Amino acid sequence: MPDIKFRLKRQDPHSKKNPEARWEEYTVTYDGENLTVLEGLFSIQEKFDGSLSFRYCCRASICGSCAMYINGAYRLACQTNIKHLDTDLITVSPMPHLPLVKDMVVDMDAFFSKYEYVMPWLIRNSPDPEKEIIQSPKDRKKIDMPVDCILCGCCYSSCPSAWGEENYLGPAALLKAHRFEVDSRDEAGKERMARWSNERGVYRCHTIMNCVEACPKELNPTEGIQWLKKAAVRRKLFGKAK
Amino acid sequence: MIHHDVIVVGGGLSGLRAAIEAKRAGVDVAILSQVHPGRSHSGAAQGGINAALGNHPDGHDDTWEKHAFDTTKGGDYLVDQDCAIQMAKDAPRVIYEMDHWGCPFSRFEDGRIAQRPFGGAGFPRCCYGADKTGHYLLHTLVEQAYKLQVKIYVEQYVARLIVHEGVCQGVVAYDMIHGGFEAFTANAVIMATGGAGRTYSNSTNAVISTGSGMFMAYHAGVPLKDMEFVQFHPTGLFTTYILMTEGARGEGGYLINGLGERLMEKYAPKFMELAPRDITARSIQTEINEGRGIGGGGYVYLDLRHLGAEKILERLPGIRDLAIHFEGVDPIEAPIPVVPSQHYWMGGIDTNVDGATSMPGLFAAGECACVSVHGANRLGGNSLLETIVFGRRAGAEAARYLEGLTEKRPNARTAFTAAQLMEQKVEELGAKTGSQDAYALRAEMTVAMREHFGLFRDEPTMKAGVEKLLSIKERVKGIGLRWTGSVFNVDMIRTVEFEGMVDLALTVGMGAVARQESRGAHYRTDYNTRDDVNWLQHTLAYYQPDAAGPRLDSKPVTLGPFELQERKY
Repeated sequence: MPDIKFRLKRQDPHSKKNPEARWEEYTVTYDGENLTVLEGLFSIQEKFDGSLSFRYCCRASICGSCAMYINGAYRLACQTNIKHLDTDLITVSPMPHLPLVKDMVVDMDAFFSKYEYVMPWLIRNSPDPEKEIIQSPKDRKKIDMPVDCILCGCCYSSCPSAWGEENYLGPAALLKAHRFEVDSRDEAGKERMARWSNERGVYRCHTIMNCVEACPKELNPTEGIQWLKKAAVRRKLFGKAK
Repeated sequence: MIHHDVIVVGGGLSGLRAAIEAKRAGVDVAILSQVHPGRSHSGAAQGGINAALGNHPDGHDDTWEKHAFDTTKGGDYLVDQDCAIQMAKDAPRVIYEMDHWGCPFSRFEDGRIAQRPFGGAGFPRCCYGADKTGHYLLHTLVEQAYKLQVKIYVEQYVARLIVHEGVCQGVVAYDMIHGGFEAFTANAVIMATGGAGRTYSNSTNAVISTGSGMFMAYHAGVPLKDMEFVQFHPTGLFTTYILMTEGARGEGGYLINGLGERLMEKYAPKFMELAPRDITARSIQTEINEGRGIGGGGYVYLDLRHLGAEKILERLPGIRDLAIHFEGVDPIEAPIPVVPSQHYWMGGIDTNVDGATSMPGLFAAGECACVSVHGANRLGGNSLLETIVFGRRAGAEAARYLEGLTEKRPNARTAFTAAQLMEQKVEELGAKTGSQDAYALRAEMTVAMREHFGLFRDEPTMKAGVEKLLSIKERVKGIGLRWTGSVFNVDMIRTVEFEGMVDLALTVGMGAVARQESRGAHYRTDYNTRDDVNWLQHTLAYYQPDAAGPRLDSKPVTLGPFELQERKY
């Protein structure tokens, strides 16, 4: 069985002895076929170093817990099969540009505050019908892309506009705003738009498109943001966003 | 010390729905969750959620009675029929409510919620959003929780209950981000921590599905019910056990054996691939055991190719991505290698139809609870339904319970002591050198569960399994921590949870040995028929601090309008 080397960026800012960042290497046994980066991390945590910290949950690329920076790209550790990296050195660090908690764990508080800020829920003014709100398959299709977001944070961490401006809402929150503004069942007036149609919001996006490249679910936040920009203009000109 | 009127442990669908209901009743409620609620295992559910909406062209005649009947028969009559009826009655309204909250269900041409056929159901009543229904429902409830400003404590690992004079008054939690244990007092606690799939080595479940809510309640003296009934999903990916939804068969997928036959023809000629999960999983395993796996090997094929690219991309895009990423197979071009895999926990904390347990102040909902709507075998599409129906009911019941309380101040000393006990426990674990390797023991336990308490059971195999579990339980005393740091201590969480998992495993093992019949998911080759004379009863398992395993008791099944009959599909 071939061995595979993991090079991990380690840091415990709370440690009195050693609060500095460092790189550590571990050798993990690999059957040549099936080993994900997440399984590699578990193996290291179990066999070599109980102090290793990382987030984990579904291990099936739907919960968004284990977003990390792996061999030069944003990836979900659980979705990344070593085989596909085509190398025997796996370099893993936490998502950059976010405050560090420990090892691979970054602080996601600001990320979720911004999510909350865009009013990420369906806004209705009409009374609820007795049954479902009718939505045509054509209208349902309009939300196909944004509803698949798993809030992993890859796009947010990758966005240079967010690095430079800590108040920028970032691609994930804006994609969520898009998800509701574009939903045929949503009846928001200007209240949600007031949150994203400003310098903190869509106008801070300069279509660098790192978010598109970073997204492990192959979504397109930039497209959503540009839709919002158009919607803002439409509302100004015609009084209607959609 | 932090206080809330109601504390919900777990931020998945059940926990969120319970918290939302309590909040709407005007109660001060908080959720404590090991992960951000949007990352809960509910999000991994794929196929759909059952309700007799009658939207499907072949489903106009569907009713809640038929849904309740299918559920009862599917559960091999170990179902409390009043509860199954309540669930089926509540189903349409809670699903319409999810739609009103923005859940992105797939749609029929007329704009109504789309429904697909599912296993063991007489009508196509499974409402779905592509093959990501759990993800869509979960995010919808997360959104509602934010909208209602439900207080959420994220990344808090709840480690024990606070019980004062037999009344539940809160929980002790480990703050993963900041370190340390904190007592959270409450007048009512709702457990919504999900299943215990990870006690098996071949589980579809998330890594955090360790049954923590079950063992906390169990250790506090609340009985666990019907723990011997463990569901194996017919189709987990061969190498990783990642779920391939029943919806794949609902949309017309075939199960193919090594001879190229649709293997279900022999076992369920009428329902074929849409027989209930216990029957379908056993059929697949029989083919494998008798050498008719693919190439005589340990798996069969889930073949979707005949559905065509368009249908797969529209209805089953998630399945396709998972098969590509985790098995290296594109279902449009090749059949998917699958095996039966541990999937769902029918047993759990014994509750009534409103989530109340035998302990005042303690409620439970979702997979960690056992209301007894699934009996001996849950039908696909009923677990998502259970979370929302019984999450809602538990939230409302907790609010009602508060109204009736005269004394609303939890005992501070008891709470303080509980937190101290946890700190002490971790200190002791940290001081040990660890003569036993906790992770090696965990691997031993999960493999033992798979080998001894799987799809086919018999007395000698199970008794040998119980012996193994008892030996593991003994050796657990020798485990220690590898790291004692305060922040995000994965080692500590995994060590503490493992101790509880062993106790749950023993309730499965000893309950299974005791039940001398075959019913639903509990299939014994030495007692291969259902025995309604002696065993139409629930098993209750009580924790015994001074013994290795549980004390077993029983409880009658609530019968109702659906008469006992043989299950044929």
